[in-house]
Order: sequence, then C-alpha cells, then structure tokens
Amino acid sequence: MKALLVLEDGRAFRGESFGATGETFGEAVFNTGMTGYQETLTDPSYHRQVVVMTSPHVGNTGVNDEDPESGRIWVSGYVVRDPARRASSWRATRSLGEELESQGVVGISGIDTRALTRHLRDRGAMRVAVSTEDTEAASLAERVRRSPEMSGADLTGEVTTPIPYVVAATGTKRFTVAALDLGIKRMTPLRLAERGIEVHVLPATSTAADVLATGADGVFLSNGPGDPATADHAVSVTTDLLGRGVPVFGICFGNQVLGRALGLGTYKLRYGHRGINQPVQDRATGRVEVTAHNHGFAVDAPRDQVFETPFGAAEVSHVCLNDGVVEGLRCHDVPAFSVQYHPEAAAGPHDAAYLFDRFSTLLEGTR
Amino acid sequence: MPRRTDITSVLVIGSGPIVIGQACEFDYSGTQACRVLRDEGIRVVLVNSNPATIMTDPEFADATYIEPITPEIVTKVIEKERPDALLATLGGQTALNTAMALHEAGVLEQYGVELIGANVDAIEAGEDRQRFKAIVEQIGAESARSVIAHTLDECLAATDELGYPLVVRPSFTMGGAGSGLARDETELRRMAGAGLQASPTTEVLLEESILGWKEYELELMRDKADNVVVVCSIENLDPMGVHTGDSITVAPAMTLTDREYQRLRDISIDVIRAVGVDTGGCNIQFAVNPDDGRIIVIEMNPRVSRSSALASKATGFPIAKIAAKLAVGYTLDEIPNDITRETPASFEPTLDYVVVKVPRFAFEKFPGADPRLTTHMKSVGEAMAIGRCFTEALQKALRSLESRDAQFGWETTDVGVAEWLTRAEVPHDGRLRDVQQALWAGASVDELHDSTGIDPWFLDQVQLVNEVATEVREASELDRDLLARAKRHGFSDLQIGRLRGMPEDVVRGVRHALGLRPVFKTVDTCAAEFAALTPYHYSSYDEETEVALRDEPAVIILGSGPNRIGQGIEFDYSCVHASFALRERGLRTVMVNCNPETVSTDYDTSDRLYFEPLTLEDVLEVVHAEQAAGPVLGVVVQLGGQTPLGLAQRLKDAGVPIIGTSPEAIHLAEDRGAFSEVLGDAGLIAPKHGTATSYDGARRVATDIGYPVLVRPSYVLGGRGMEIVYDEEQLARYMREATEVSADRPVLVDRFLDDAIEIDVDALYDGEELYLGGVMEHIEEAGIHSGDSACVLPPVTLGRDLVAKVREQTLALARGIGVRGLLNVQFAVAADVLYVLEANPRASRTAPFVSKATGVPLAKAAALVMVGDSIADLRAAGVLPATGDGGRLPTHGGAVTPVAVKEAVMPFKRFRTVEGRGVDHMLGPEMRSTGEVMGIDANFGTAFAKSQSAAYGGLPTKGVVFVSMADRDKRNMIFPLKRMADLGFQVLATEGTADVLRRNGVEAIVVRKHSHGRGPDGELTIVERILEGEVDMVVNTPSGQRARADGYEIRAAAIAMDRPIITTVQQLAAAVQGIEALGRGELDVRSIQDWNAALRSEAGER
Ligand SMILES: Nc1ncnc2c1ncn2[C@@H]1O[C@H](COP(=O)(O)OP(=O)(O)O)[C@@H](O)[C@H]1O
Ligand SMILES: Nc1ncnc2c1ncn2[C@@H]1O[C@H](COP(=O)(O)OP(=O)(O)O)[C@@H](O)[C@H]1O
Ligand SMILES: [Mg+2]
Ligand SMILES: [Mg+2]
Repeated sequence: MKALLVLEDGRAFRGESFGATGETFGEAVFNTGMTGYQETLTDPSYHRQVVVMTSPHVGNTGVNDEDPESGRIWVSGYVVRDPARRASSWRATRSLGEELESQGVVGISGIDTRALTRHLRDRGAMRVAVSTEDTEAASLAERVRRSPEMSGADLTGEVTTPIPYVVAATGTKRFTVAALDLGIKRMTPLRLAERGIEVHVLPATSTAADVLATGADGVFLSNGPGDPATADHAVSVTTDLLGRGVPVFGICFGNQVLGRALGLGTYKLRYGHRGINQPVQDRATGRVEVTAHNHGFAVDAPRDQVFETPFGAAEVSHVCLNDGVVEGLRCHDVPAFSVQYHPEAAAGPHDAAYLFDRFSTLLEGTR
Repeated sequence: MPRRTDITSVLVIGSGPIVIGQACEFDYSGTQACRVLRDEGIRVVLVNSNPATIMTDPEFADATYIEPITPEIVTKVIEKERPDALLATLGGQTALNTAMALHEAGVLEQYGVELIGANVDAIEAGEDRQRFKAIVEQIGAESARSVIAHTLDECLAATDELGYPLVVRPSFTMGGAGSGLARDETELRRMAGAGLQASPTTEVLLEESILGWKEYELELMRDKADNVVVVCSIENLDPMGVHTGDSITVAPAMTLTDREYQRLRDISIDVIRAVGVDTGGCNIQFAVNPDDGRIIVIEMNPRVSRSSALASKATGFPIAKIAAKLAVGYTLDEIPNDITRETPASFEPTLDYVVVKVPRFAFEKFPGADPRLTTHMKSVGEAMAIGRCFTEALQKALRSLESRDAQFGWETTDVGVAEWLTRAEVPHDGRLRDVQQALWAGASVDELHDSTGIDPWFLDQVQLVNEVATEVREASELDRDLLARAKRHGFSDLQIGRLRGMPEDVVRGVRHALGLRPVFKTVDTCAAEFAALTPYHYSSYDEETEVALRDEPAVIILGSGPNRIGQGIEFDYSCVHASFALRERGLRTVMVNCNPETVSTDYDTSDRLYFEPLTLEDVLEVVHAEQAAGPVLGVVVQLGGQTPLGLAQRLKDAGVPIIGTSPEAIHLAEDRGAFSEVLGDAGLIAPKHGTATSYDGARRVATDIGYPVLVRPSYVLGGRGMEIVYDEEQLARYMREATEVSADRPVLVDRFLDDAIEIDVDALYDGEELYLGGVMEHIEEAGIHSGDSACVLPPVTLGRDLVAKVREQTLALARGIGVRGLLNVQFAVAADVLYVLEANPRASRTAPFVSKATGVPLAKAAALVMVGDSIADLRAAGVLPATGDGGRLPTHGGAVTPVAVKEAVMPFKRFRTVEGRGVDHMLGPEMRSTGEVMGIDANFGTAFAKSQSAAYGGLPTKGVVFVSMADRDKRNMIFPLKRMADLGFQVLATEGTADVLRRNGVEAIVVRKHSHGRGPDGELTIVERILEGEVDMVVNTPSGQRARADGYEIRAAAIAMDRPIITTVQQLAAAVQGIEALGRGELDVRSIQDWNAALRSEAGER
C-alpha cells in the first residue's frame, strides 16, 4: 500500500506503507544508529516523535523479547528505507513489520531517507505526518501545521509509571535509590541494580516526601520526552532534595531537570543528537567516550568556568566534541551530577558505564 | 596533547612487491603516512622495493630507498639515516616482520631507534597465536580450542583432542600463507609440513574447526590517551572457512542486534588494551555461532591491514592517515575529521549506505591449482561498491569485477536444483552466482542456508533480486515504476536488456527518455548529521543528488578497476599522477574507480571521487552528472590499462570527448589488420603471422610460416591463452582445447622468434616530438611475457645503433598510430633484425619503473601532453629534462649513474593442486606474476643481485647448484657454470648436462633423476636432495615442449624449499653476474633522490 510523508514546511515523500496503516503526527527526528532499532522504538523519550532511521536496512534481526526498553513502542511513526523481508537472528521471535502492526505504529518505507535527513539537518526538526489515508500532500501539510509542537509539550504524565515498583539489587544490597520515572528505560535500573543498588521507581508526580519515604540514600532523575521547560514539578522536587543534601544523579531529561534546579535555562537544539556514535569529553580526565544520545533540548550553562548556583559552585563536566553542547553537570558543594546522554547504553556503546560507579561512590561518600 | 617534539625523523617500511595477501592497500596506507609525517615537518625515510608504488616517488619522502626489504639492507639505511623512530605498522606483515628482526638483532637498540605505533611486545602478543589466546582468555573472551606444535609428531598427537577437520595456522604469516583446513591425516601431514616451513618461528597452531559460523571483523583505532573508537564493522557473507580476503564482505554488519554488536565492541576494546597497541589501527576478527550467538575471537592484526583500507574507503575515515598522526603523539580528539572538518576524529563513523567487497581470482592462469576457497587467501584483487541498499551494492560490486560470469544471470539452464545445491556447497570463485542460480532453479533459502551456511538474510536478498528479475522479464511493458524498481536493486541496463531481449543501449534510451538516472550521494562518515565538504560520491537510484556545481573545467580520469594479473597497481600509479599533474595545472580532476586498495580511490587524491564500476553505463552516468555540474574537458582513458581503453570508442560514440590518443588511433594499434597496415606504411616488420578459425586453417598458416609458432585467441590481455607450438600434434591439441574460436574470433598464429632479445619501450608523443622514456632490455628471451621477465634499464648489451633504430621505429609507430600521450612498444631482436611485437597506445606496466629508474615523471608528463602541452613546453617547464631522454641515459661505464633492474614476483608458491602438490613454476607468453621489484645500483650485477633478494630470498654466494638443461641451452650454459665452479660452487647435474660440462672442464657430479628413484645403496634422487635442503640454487630449462615430469618435480621441490629457480639460460648468465657482485662485497644503499641528482648533473654536463 502507498504511504505519504509530509513535513510542516510542505516537503513531501511518497513511499510504501510499513507497519500499521492509518495516519500519525509527531515531531520528525532522525536517528543515526546502525543497530538497536528495538531499543529505539521502545524508548519513552521518543514519545510523540516520528523517527527517521538513517541506516537503510532495518529489521534484519527481527524482534525478540529481551531487548525492548519499555513495555511498548513509543515512537508515533517510523520511517525506514529498506525494511527486512526476512528476520535473521537466533533470538528473533517475530518480524519488525508484524510488531509495528500489532502495536498500531504507522510507518513508511522506500523513501529517500538521506534526503529527508539532510532536510531536517538544514531546516531543523519539525512536525510531520505519515498517512496511508490522505494522499494529498497539501491537505496533509495543512493538518500537520495544526498538530501540537514539541516545544512546550509536557509529556511526562503520559509515559511515567502509574504505580511505584522496586527493582531488587543483584547480589548483596548496598544502597537504596529512588528513581523518579520521567520516562525511564528498562536498562537504567538494571545498571544500578548490578552495583548493589535497590531501585524504587516512583511515578513522576511523587513528592520529595515520597522519595524520602522509600528510605533512599539517593535519587535518580530519569530520561524522558518533552520540553524540560515544562518539568516544574520534577524541578521543585529536585530543588527540595538538593537542599537536604540528598545525592542526585540525572540522565538526559534528568540532566535538564537538575540544570533547572541549579537555576540554569534549557533550549531546543536545531535537530538534536540521536545516535550511538557521539564523542563526549569528560573534562576532568580529558578522556573521550563514544556515547548514546537522544535529546532535542540541552542545558544552557557557562562552559568555560565554574559558576555559582543556589547550591554552591557547579561546572560543566562533559561536552559533546561535535558541537560543544553541554553534556554533563557536576556540583561542587552538593552531591549531585548528571549527564545529557545515556550511560545505560541500550542501544549503544558501554564507554560511559563508569558514571554508575561514580554514583555509587557518591552514595558511599554521603553515608 | 600536541605532537611529540622528540621525533624529527621517521623510517617508514613499505610492504614490498604486490603478492597475494599483500597488495596495493599498503601503498595507500604508506602513502598517507608519508604525507602526514612530512606535513608535520618530520623527515621521512622510506624503504620499499616496489617501484610501482606512489609512496616510492621521490616527492613523498626525503630519502627513498628502493632497496630489498631485508634486515641487512634496512640496517644499512638506519646506519646511514639515523632516524629517531621506525613506523612499521603501515607496511603489512613484511614491515612488521622486518621490524621484529631488527629488534631481535639489536639494531634498533644500537642506533636508538624507537618503534612507534605498536611496540615489540604488542606485536608479539598480537601475532603469536598462543600468547594471543592467553590474552583473549584473560579478558574473559573465548578463542577456538587449539594446540600449538613445533613438529609433525606434536601435530599428529593433537588430533586426539581436536579431531578432524582442523585448521592449521602458522604464526607470523600474512594472508594465511601455509595455513589450511586438514580433513584427514595425509592432509594434516602436508599442511603442517608447509606450515612449519612458512612460519618464521617454525610454529603452527592447530585449531578446532568452526566452519560455517558467521564471521565478522572490527577495525579499531587507539590513541596514547587510551581513547578507542571502532571505525567499522565488516560482516563476511561467506561464513567461517573462507579467508576474509577471499570472502564477499559487507559493511556495516547486517545481521547483529545491538547487544551482540556491543559485545564484539567491548571485547575488541579489551583486546587492543590488553595487547597494548599504544597508538594506531588494529583489526580483530570474530566468529559468531548462528545458533546461540557464542562468540569466538579468531585473531587480531596489530597493524593497518587490507581490511583497514577497505574500512577507510567504506566509511571515509582515513585509518592510515590518522594512525600516522597518532603515532607521533596526537590524540583522536585533536585530529579533525577531514570530511566534515567541523567534527573530531574521536567518533565512530555511521553509514547510511551499504558497502560490498568482492574478490577477484586468477585460477585460469594456474591450471591444476585447487580452486576451492579455504583459510589461506588466493584472490589477486578486489572490487568494492557502494549502494543505498544491499542489492544495489552487491550487483554494482559484481559488475565491477569485469567478468561476465560474475554477474547474476537468468538464463534457464538444465542443471537441477540438487546439482546447484552441491555446486554451492564448496566455496569457490563465483559461488554466489551458483547460489543465485540455485534459488532461480527453485531451491529455498533454507535449503541454501543448510548447504552453504550463508546467513538467510543475505540469501533472501539474492532471492529478492531474482524476484525483481522475474517481474522485469514477465511485465507486459517496461514502465517507469518497474524500471525504477529494477535499477533500485542494482540491475544494469545490460542485465535488463538480457531479460527483455533487447540491446543494452535501447534499455538506456528508454530509461533516459523516462528521465530515470541515478543520483549521486556522498560518503560523509556521519549519515548526513553534518555537512560533508569532501566530494566522495557513489551512485544510487534514489531521489536527491548531491553533486555540487563548479565553474572550473574538469577532466575525468578512468581508473583500472580491481587488481588482476596483467593489470595492477602500475596503472593506478599513472592515474594518480595524472590527477596530481592536472590539479597543479589548475584543472579539476574527477576520478572514477572501484578498487578499494588503491591511492586513486583516496578521497583527497582528486578533486572529486566517484566510487563506481568501470562499465560503460556507470561511466556515462558519471560523465552526465559532471557535465551537469560544470564544464568537462573530456575523459582520460589511456592511463587505467585495458579497462578504460576498451570503453574509449563507445564513450566517443555516446558523444563523450576523449582526451589524448583518439579511439580511432587506439583501434589502429589494437586491431591486427589495421596495425599491420600501420607497420607496412612505416616500413616496419612484425613476425610473419596469419589467422585461422579451424585446425586445417591453422596448420596451413603454421606450415607456411614455419614452426615454432605462437598461437593465441584474438582480443586477449596479459597473453591469456597464449602458447608456443612446436609441431602439428601440439597445434591440433591447442585448436581442440582453444575456447571460443569463431569466424569473428579467430586464432592468431605468429612466427615464434627463437632466442630473440625482447625490448620494451615507453615513450611520450605530442604529435611533433617523441620523448623516449626508456628502453628496457629483457633478461629472458622473447617468449616469456614482458610482465614476467626481468629487464634492465639502461639496456646493457644493446648497441647504440640498435637503440637508435628502436627510437626511429617508435617514432614511426607513434606517428602512424596518432598517439597523443603514452605509447608502449615491445620489440624483439632476432638475427640482428628488429621486429615489432605489439604497440599499446596507453600507460604501460613499466611506466612507473621507467620513471623511477630515470628520475622523470612520465605519467605526469603524459597527462599534460594529453591536455595540450607540447614536449618542448614540458622541457621548458622542467617536467622533462631540458635535453636528452631515457634513450640517451648517461652511461659513465656505470660509474656514478644507476642501472636499474626490474624483476617480476611470481605467485606459484600460493597455489597447490587438489592433491596438495605445488603448481608448476614455468614462465611463458602468458603473464602470471602479481608484482615486481626494482634493484638499482651502479652496475648490472649488483642491481640484479638486489632485485633477486628483493623478489625472493636472494642469490646464494656459495654452496651447491643443481643444473639440468634443455639441449638447445647446453652450449650457452658452459661459460656461466664454469664461472660458478670457479666461484666455489659445487655443481650437481643430470647425466646429459654433466657430460657436456665435464667435456668442457667443469667438475660436475651426476645425481639420480626423480623418475629413476633411489639408487641401489639408497642414493637420494635430486628431488629428495632438494627437499633435504642440500641444494642452494636450481637451474632447469625445460626442453622445448611441455616441461618434462622431472622438471616439474624439481621445480616444485625448489619452490617448497624457497630456493631460487632459474628457468632460462639468460637468467643464469645474469645470476652469475649477480653472484660475482655479491662476492665482491656486501650491498650498498643509495636513495632515489641521490641517484636522480646524479642523473641530472650528468645530463647537465652533456
Ligand atoms: N577455527 C577455524 N575454523 C574454521 N575456519 C577458520 C578458523 N580459524 C580461521 N578460519 C578461517 O580462516 C581465515 C583466516 O584465518 P585468520 O586467523 O584470519 O588468518 P590470517 O592471518 O591469514 O587472516 C579466517 O578468515 C576464517 O574464515
Ligand atoms: N612472435 C613472437 N615471438 C616470440 N615471442 C613473442 C612473439 N610475440 C609475442 N611474444 C612474447 O609473448 C609476450 C606477450 O605477447 P604480447 O603481444 O605482448 O601480448 P600482451 O598483449 O599480453 O602483452 C611478449 O611479451 C613476448 O615475450
Ligand atoms: Mg585474518
Ligand atoms: Mg605485451
């Protein structure tokens, strides 16, 4: 069946339907990873986004039950050049096409994904629609322009867990950590658990009191979708906890939340960082780590010097070597740090796993 | 961290001659390294015996030694140049092994030379398979169960534990030399024997077989701050059991989930750290069990490798270049990514396209060689293609091989499914086509997966191609959508034409009428995340093209495609030089080629690079794209060898301007009839000849020409299918076996010139003046292909007037043909008559050799002549010498100016018969060498000796020589052998030969022939004696006809023992001079820059 993709600026691509039929709207973003499509699809941070895969062949290893990062596919639409006709992996239990269809995810295939990517790179991320129903570019474009923007979108409520749950520490338990679920990925609590940390995953609406009630030695601020400028609740909870000297570790959206708690602003990147090959430098050691990214917003902080915050001195601990974007924050006077990227690395390289150790050390130190 | 300031000069070791397993990818990496180091203001000293390389051009190093890459010679270079450091990780196994030898000999320590890149310990850890396995274990990964053995008995004992089949692998060898898959004891005895031979440490590893597993390679880079990046992942389509060099490989890996891929990445990084490659590139190979994902580490190469070259071209990430920067102290984050210029090199490239590499073989040239593919490499070259999807890349790659049966076809055959399945089972050249045919015949993907082990995903893609083929064939009409779909999956106009029963150009006409053309995408390392500034393009049938407009006029240069015997690096050399020269002259150059090993496909060699097959269709589309982008002066076809030359006429017919010698002129030289007229008009003689299409015809021609005759099919390259025929019986056999003889494809019959001296000439002609680049005298007589025979420049025995005649006739030919640019002529002198054997209106195999030997950049000059400069202009501009030329080289009795000898390097050692015996070492009119070396010195003897030690072990200076001569050679052997006896050699000979020698007062001991078997008291036969290592040199000229069985056994034994084999009496004479020279004292080294200076001052004086 034919499918049509139209961007808010009117650029249209015609291709074949892939996955479910129907119509979908969202923010068009591209992901440059060559592996890990299952993790990408199920990452809550992609909620309300139509993801364009720059890698032409997608679906080659089918779909298995171990790799998803959450209970469902979150992307609102999927754009692939050459979907696999046959899945090949000893772990595969079904094909990607089937999976998208059964979860009602509308996709399009067979289009010039590189042309689309270059367009988004030059013009910036923008709204998009994929439809197998409306084949009229102009009318679809009209409706795209009426669909909601990503800036100003508060999506946390749509992705967070309704009820608290606990991920037990593997081996002997060393610490308890409360994880504020702003769209958390399955791998993150596991990485903490591997280090003897019992993780209490809490709904985004939880208060500082709820956090402390878990008897947590520290708090973890998760990744998640939407505009950090809207995350007022998470920010106030964080502010409160910082005030009490509770150790804080944030990832991605969590980095932006910590940033705001420190009085920093956030802004939208032109087309964001989405891939698993991004060079990030740890400014303390000078070491470069190849990291997994998925962020459309970033923290606005002075990169060249230590700066003052309501909680004392802080600094930019990590930067992306491609474009100098702030990739991490570290507080000097309170036990808190965060990174904009994904040390849990699912998908992606494991170079940044040491950050979880840093967090345990932090917990250690503030015992 | 900025670069180290304690390094002011670096010695770079190249990889020597092109051999199977070590080709021009190391010229590519070495050239990059030299450039980088010089840009850093570091003094570069280079040693490489291969004159056909770009890196050995005087401008790429401060001191270039075209000398044998032996520890002794390199030591001399070190003594003389006193470099601070040695960079040995860019010259393949040759450089690495030499560096190790220098270390063990204490030379590096003595002269305080630091090994940069990988240190001694890292090299040992990586190369010593036993130590490596220990490391793999220590980092918690797994390697195949194995046993290390130093003797045959240890090997046999090991089978109890490992069972058959098992893999035999010698330590410290490249391209899997001496390794193999032993299915039973006899095979094990044989391979282990060879393996222990091949290993410099007489050590082999016996390993459990994991045949059929998925095979992967990762290319890594590490800097001194311990930053590590994975540049590229490569998946072998052919599962474990076929050497990666012989496998069809794909980048990026296609059938791994992120979890499995990251596991490979983690292991790789742990390995590179544990092995301790401090800076630079390394490559790690894995096997993955398709049933449960179990991972086994196969090996690592602590150096830049063939795969690194492939990975560089596949990603746009220049591994060698960056390895060189890291070696002098930079860190990855300090080095900008050339292609984006914005972002640093400390990232991992991501691809939005698919790359497929396919090997090219040459089994047809080695009758009897076992064509099965196994764990040691047999291919002689490779082609790479890029497409937006696998099917597109695969089909482009297959047509890049330039052999019709490599491409998929859809003729209906009567071969059944079962038969196809068995054919596909054993890996061999063209296996994938059998796979496609099997699917076409109705086999299922699963059946093929069972019989081949090829991953079902790949098989399904081949199935997809077949499905599209069916659609194309059965559609009522070829509408736009269908045509677009076919093109999107890589079908060529030719293939579509065959499916629709219409000619290629009709399909093209329809396609263009429908406005259906490829777009050109860019290799940018980052999947378009950042803007790319380097125009490195590939075609794809997609929507948006990325070719930038330009105002400056451009010249399009067609490269030479995959390396093959007869057309290799020499032609790439000429293309690269043309590009450099024309860029300097202010023109924009556009390179088209599909060989990933070359310098020409380096993205900064030309202004624009199109990584495309060299077929008419693909070239026409590039031309169209460039003409749309800006003015195009024309296309250069005469530098890339026969490949582009073959396109010239059809390009012109399609309205494409050809620069330099016109297609019509090319025809005059290539077409037999036309050429005879050119000769006639110029009053030149060729050997008597005629053509025939039947045995009777041939017999008639032969009888009136007179035997021996030289027969060959028309339109051949590299002397393909050429044979010297001595009588009717042999002629009958030839005609019976001669393939595709027909009215329009007759057999050519020439008078064979016996005992003729062959002369090779490279010249430059601008329509007025002739510049004689060089006159090369062959060592072997005519009848040994020019590519296989050694030659010397300046000629050492030709008289002045003969050279003058050669000059006249070359000029006459250049005029008669209408050459604009390069011309290569082969002459033969018999009984004082000068015959013209052939004229090639193109760059020749010898162009680089001549350039190095005479210090004149011939290819550069040729390119300038093609765009209109006159030789006078070039002399004035200093591109060519102000006066004189290569035909008038100063010969001060050879005192101060050089004599250069080119020697061919033969691949016989790499091939074995199915029974595991060596293939025959025989030179003939069909070319078989893969590469060449140059020996240069003040006199012929020394230069020849150098060429021999560079080509193989080198000549002995004492010991035992075995001689067995054909009757016709017996007279000419006496003098040289007498000399050898005087020099203290003991002479062994077969009866007849011994007689003649004794009668002439040469002491000679008779030895038993192989066919006679051992003597009554168990005296060994000659073959046994050679195998016992009692003989230091073998002289065996086959008598007339085919080599006698004995001859074969003897030569095979000599090859097995790595002893020099001399098969012509002329070689013998040269060898004796070489031995004398060696006797006079050890070899001295002198840089090319020095020799050139000497030549120039000499020329100045005259
Ligand atoms: N244990 C094994 N079982 C089966 N095939 C093997 C085994 N080990 C290696 N091979 C095959 O042999 C090839 C060459 O082995 P490798 O260790 O890479 O030697 P080289 O140093 O020549 O590259 C590999 O590419 C692989 O296909
Ligand atoms: N008439 C001849 N007599 C003796 N040798 C010949 C004759 N013609 C060709 N040869 C030998 O055969 C080799 C190959 O022939 P050539 O015409 O050069 O074919 P190619 O195009 O493959 O170079 C030559 O290098 C020469 O040694
Ligand atoms: Mg290998
Ligand atoms: Mg020739």
